[in-house]
Amino acid sequence: MENMVNIKINDREYAVPANSTVLEAARYAGVDIPTLCYLKDINEIGACRLCLVEVKGARGLAAACVYPVNEGMEVYTNTPKIRQTRKTNLELVVSAHKKKCLTCIRSTSCELQKLCYEYGVDEDHFQGNNNAYAIDDTTPYIVRDNEKCILCRRCVAACKNMQGIGVIGANDRGFDTHIASAFEKTLDQTSCIGCGQCIVACPVGALYEKDDTAKVLAAIADPTKHVAICAAPSVRATIGECFDYEPGTDVEGKMVAAMKALGFDGVYDMNLTADLTIMEEATEFLERMKEGKNLPLITSCSPGWVKYCEHYFPEFTDNLSSCKSPQQMFGAMYKTYYAQKVGLDPKDIVFVSAIPCTAKKFEVTRDHQNAAGVCDVDVAITTRELARMIKQAGINFRALDDAKFDDPFSIGSGAGAIFGATGGVMEAALRTAAEVIEGKKLEKLEFEDVRGIEGVKKAVYKLGGKEIRVAVASGTANAKRLLNEVKAGTTKVDFIEIMACPGGCVNGGGQPTQPAVVRNNVNLRELRAKVLYTADKNLDVRKSHENSAVKKLYDEFFEKPGSHKAHEILHTSYVKRGLK
Amino acid sequence: MITNKEDLIKIRDAYAGKIAFRQHGTEKVSDGKVEKHVLICGGTGCTSSKSVQIKEKMEALIKEAGIEEKVQVVLTGCFGLCALGPIVIVYPEGTFYSRIELDNVEEIVKEHLVNGNPVKKYLYSETVKGDEILSLNDTAFYKKQKRVALRNCGVIDPHCINEYIGTNGYLALAKVVTEMTPDEVIKEILDSGIRGRGGGGFPTGRKWQFAAAQPKGQKYVVCNGDEGDPGAFMDRSILEGDPHALIEAMAIAGYAIGANEGYVYVRAEYPIAVNRLQNAIDDARKEGLLGKNIFGTDFEFDMQIRLGAGAFVCGEETALLTSIEGNRGEPRPRPPFPAVKGLWGKPTIINNVETYANIPQIILKGAAWFNSMGTEKSKGTKVFALGGKITNTGLVEIPMGTTLREVVEEIGGGIPNGKKFKAAQTGGPSGGCIPASKYDVEIDYDNLIAQGSMMGSGGLIVMDEDTCMVDLAKFFLEFTVDESCGKCAPCRIGTVRLLEILNKITEGNGEMEDLDKLEELANYIKSASLCGLGQTAPNPVLSTLANFRDEYIAHIVDKKCPAGVCKNLFTYKIDLDKCMGCGLCAKQCPADAISRTDYVAEGHKLASMQIDATKCVKCGACLPSCKKFQAIYKG
Amino acid sequence: MKKKLTTVSFNGTKEQEIALDNVIAEHKDQPGALMAILQKAQGIYGYLPIEVQQHVALAMDIPLSEVYGVASFYSQFILNPKGDYAVSVCLGTACYVKGAGLLMDKLESILGIKNGEITADRKFSLDATRCIGACGLAPVLTVNEEVYGRLTPDMIAGIIAKYKD
Repeated sequence: MENMVNIKINDREYAVPANSTVLEAARYAGVDIPTLCYLKDINEIGACRLCLVEVKGARGLAAACVYPVNEGMEVYTNTPKIRQTRKTNLELVVSAHKKKCLTCIRSTSCELQKLCYEYGVDEDHFQGNNNAYAIDDTTPYIVRDNEKCILCRRCVAACKNMQGIGVIGANDRGFDTHIASAFEKTLDQTSCIGCGQCIVACPVGALYEKDDTAKVLAAIADPTKHVAICAAPSVRATIGECFDYEPGTDVEGKMVAAMKALGFDGVYDMNLTADLTIMEEATEFLERMKEGKNLPLITSCSPGWVKYCEHYFPEFTDNLSSCKSPQQMFGAMYKTYYAQKVGLDPKDIVFVSAIPCTAKKFEVTRDHQNAAGVCDVDVAITTRELARMIKQAGINFRALDDAKFDDPFSIGSGAGAIFGATGGVMEAALRTAAEVIEGKKLEKLEFEDVRGIEGVKKAVYKLGGKEIRVAVASGTANAKRLLNEVKAGTTKVDFIEIMACPGGCVNGGGQPTQPAVVRNNVNLRELRAKVLYTADKNLDVRKSHENSAVKKLYDEFFEKPGSHKAHEILHTSYVKRGLK
Repeated sequence: MITNKEDLIKIRDAYAGKIAFRQHGTEKVSDGKVEKHVLICGGTGCTSSKSVQIKEKMEALIKEAGIEEKVQVVLTGCFGLCALGPIVIVYPEGTFYSRIELDNVEEIVKEHLVNGNPVKKYLYSETVKGDEILSLNDTAFYKKQKRVALRNCGVIDPHCINEYIGTNGYLALAKVVTEMTPDEVIKEILDSGIRGRGGGGFPTGRKWQFAAAQPKGQKYVVCNGDEGDPGAFMDRSILEGDPHALIEAMAIAGYAIGANEGYVYVRAEYPIAVNRLQNAIDDARKEGLLGKNIFGTDFEFDMQIRLGAGAFVCGEETALLTSIEGNRGEPRPRPPFPAVKGLWGKPTIINNVETYANIPQIILKGAAWFNSMGTEKSKGTKVFALGGKITNTGLVEIPMGTTLREVVEEIGGGIPNGKKFKAAQTGGPSGGCIPASKYDVEIDYDNLIAQGSMMGSGGLIVMDEDTCMVDLAKFFLEFTVDESCGKCAPCRIGTVRLLEILNKITEGNGEMEDLDKLEELANYIKSASLCGLGQTAPNPVLSTLANFRDEYIAHIVDKKCPAGVCKNLFTYKIDLDKCMGCGLCAKQCPADAISRTDYVAEGHKLASMQIDATKCVKCGACLPSCKKFQAIYKG
Repeated sequence: MKKKLTTVSFNGTKEQEIALDNVIAEHKDQPGALMAILQKAQGIYGYLPIEVQQHVALAMDIPLSEVYGVASFYSQFILNPKGDYAVSVCLGTACYVKGAGLLMDKLESILGIKNGEITADRKFSLDATRCIGACGLAPVLTVNEEVYGRLTPDMIAGIIAKYKD
């Protein structure tokens, strides 16, 4: 039984856990106190002052987000003074904010806009001079518009406290304070990994993905182009959120229908190349185990993680699996195998991926990702961009009938489906590796030890009489911790799965933004991951090597996993970038 | 090494006479040989006007004269009368030489130190009454003061630990660790009623009590020496003049709350203070007064200095802690209070330098002695830095409850040039103005707050009729805007918007609605800001609005600056009948705005000059050229 | 105030680097040492260029942005070195109407640097300042503590020549 204290909120009595803040206690009492800067566990700084409440007997107003409750406390959250204070606060904030709300990418999902509406803010009440900042759009993935920044520092918290990276921070002081990299370097000149966690942390339109939808729309409108799209495992688990579905709703059928309605010539399931990745990676793992070389093997399907490794742990780039990511494998396979098969010139194909990730926008620009002599993937669009395209096209998403992916790339196994959650790649690989090593069917497919949203998970499995030590990390701060242990020799491990985003792709930087009130109170990662694990459970085929479409690919084209041809088309290389 | 109280008392007794000699000039010097003590101020002010060179020259000349056995020269801390520096005091007479230059030294040595005749022409004029020469202590400036925190400043050599011991130094620490329990120490501090001297005036004993009540383990004692109010320098003076008092007090605090580590956060702009404090810490360690087994007990305590790097906000206690931790000096929300979760998350007490300087005295003389001084809720004394339009600028220490009038008119010597007192500003950028109608207010924490001002660290700036109160509010706000850390929205954006409105008013573009907006915004910033900087930043605006609203209205409605300060709201004019036509003003004018008229005033030979208001840039360069005739005026 | 970044290239010596490493070694295990290290680093180099901050960041295993965040917060940290001779042109109103802007233009062309910059040999740095209260002498400039008044652009070359070698 938790320790409880009795407090009064707006004159009504409640018993709340003794270790809560006023903000948490108020939610318990059904009152949402507005916040802008607060993100649970990573940004508890009391800076935006929007959550001020009156606490009887306290000197001045109290910031609910950090003010602890105590026995007998009396809190008022909605007095005239509080309402006026919040209104003035918002009026000041918008006086220093670029008010391009009509066309802002975050219009209607902006937390500031919502509050201004609720509090009846006069956006011109305070007027004054503001600093001018150039928009930083130097990377292929993130755009920063500091004239919209409200200095809540949630992006800094995401980058530094959550991801352990810290390529951005607060520079200068007072009214000149702004969020940027050291020495005002543009983001492309830093060791930013492009994970996009800053974007999903931002309450306003100061951070957003580089929008590539125009490229896609232009290609669709061009009759000389064959335009195909494939959807990453976790997009179907989240895109519903952009159409007012509860987080954790699987909308695969509607998503596929919407993609078809947009006019793509082929709509495919990336779960297929997730399976293909497993075939290659499991083979690679068994080979490395045999040779005892470049172990532990570390997965390479998360491009944010790959870039992190190249910047921060260049000594581990040889340990990275040489497998391309499922996105790149799909494009490579499509522009070689499929182009040949149907008689398309790879140059006429525009291959688009729908992904939960901003780093994938960087991945498509990497070297050695051009199996057919042209880039494997032409455009990577995030879940958010896909939703925008659907809205702009006037497609009534909720009214769509479910549709199926196009053949011949419509089949993905349950193993491919769970790629989008932390531990999923490891579990998928183990299902295949175990059956290959043991030479017999697994009785139980679930590898529970590597599931779940903890930052680092470790397990040992006995396969074919041999102990296989595995570890899973999600979020680069956790990856850093794990790799430092490996470096120091305190953790001995053969196979590591790392995803750049905490929780994996379901929580990727390209996923729908959710306001702080949802992020702080709902376990988004778990809800979204559940979609994938449910899909896995309901599928007949749950192992990559049993995917008939994958088998066909090897029979018709790649011969066998790890073949010379597979290496040429499905594998890649890495560089040591070092810290910038 | 001093390992017990007896060791300490031995040293005290050897030095006490010497100190008393300097304080009273009457008692016999213990060693019998030395006949005169020459005290030269080594504070920052006097040092910058070459007091160190004066000391060196004096010592050389004394040696030359062969009287080095009879005269001891001491470089002390600040005497307080900084406007008169460099200051040299000679005991036993207590004669007070002011504004001494290197060239004067020879005469003083020859006439005064050798021949025994004070050189009158170099003495501070107030101390020369015909044939009679007054001692420093008899001047109006010193007579009304009560020096507790500053008691050793200007008396002892801050580099000499034994001189400090000679003033009963470290006796309080000895008493505490050998005779008192931590609870008794805290009770004594609580009973004394002392409140924090750095800003808000929180009862010091209560802070200590909170920290002491935290579970045993690592705790810290921190000293806030990040004195940043423009014009306030009492903490610097104590650090420079009496560093051991701080060390002793922090060790006492460590004993009281169960901490064994201390940090002193000092502005890097105070190199002399840092140097003397570091020396003092080293000496205290050498003598065993810091370190393990202090006075032979189990108590251990040590401390180190951390330097600020130029951020006023670090005077706020939580920002100071973040800064010691090596980060941007941004404040943190309270609660948790530092006494519960402070430096590196451990229970920490933070007091300012002046507060600590009182502690050893409270322990030695008792709470009852301390709380016999002052008013009902403000006990003891307070140091003020007098500045602005006042004759005696410098540091004064007065009992709480002294009236503003006494401070300005008597101790401060009144307002120069026969001008009238308009207001006094206390508390620096966090404070407000006390208008002439409240001249008789008794200065203490609560009275100042009632006037919309605050004690702050003790800056006291006097203003006469030539001060524009709107401009003054603007001055302080510019300071806070520069020094806001930028973390919380109300202070970061709000103070800038406030300043923009003030600029609009002083430029002559104000509207009456702006006054409502100023008040609305100021009250909002006060109640919503994260830390004390923001919470007090609007005080200069609010208090000038409350007391001098008519001046704001004059700026807005009449488009006039009554004090003639705001450049857009006055023009320079030449009184044609006063103008002698010398033309000097035209030569000074950078804008070629002054030309000759064809009007010759009655009795004058040359035609008068005139100013073209459209060309004038209001730099005021012409004014001094017309000092003699006073023909140029603001209108 | 926004901190001005430097335009001169880094010319740190081996001795300076050794001195910096010593400072870091001395403070590394002391908690919260970043400020003390930056203060001493500035003592060694005269300012805190990216090369020095990067060195400190790597040695302390903290992000460069954190180091820069601290360096740009406190007014004592300098990111742009001053020349041996700091030339400041008063751009207060009085000086401005008397042609201080022309003085600035002339200085920029003679020194080959812009306002806020420093010459490659670090001899001269050029800044504009607010009114220094010498309006009667307008237009004025200062070189370190020295004040030059009632100037015309053709006098600039002579003043700068005094400080060359």
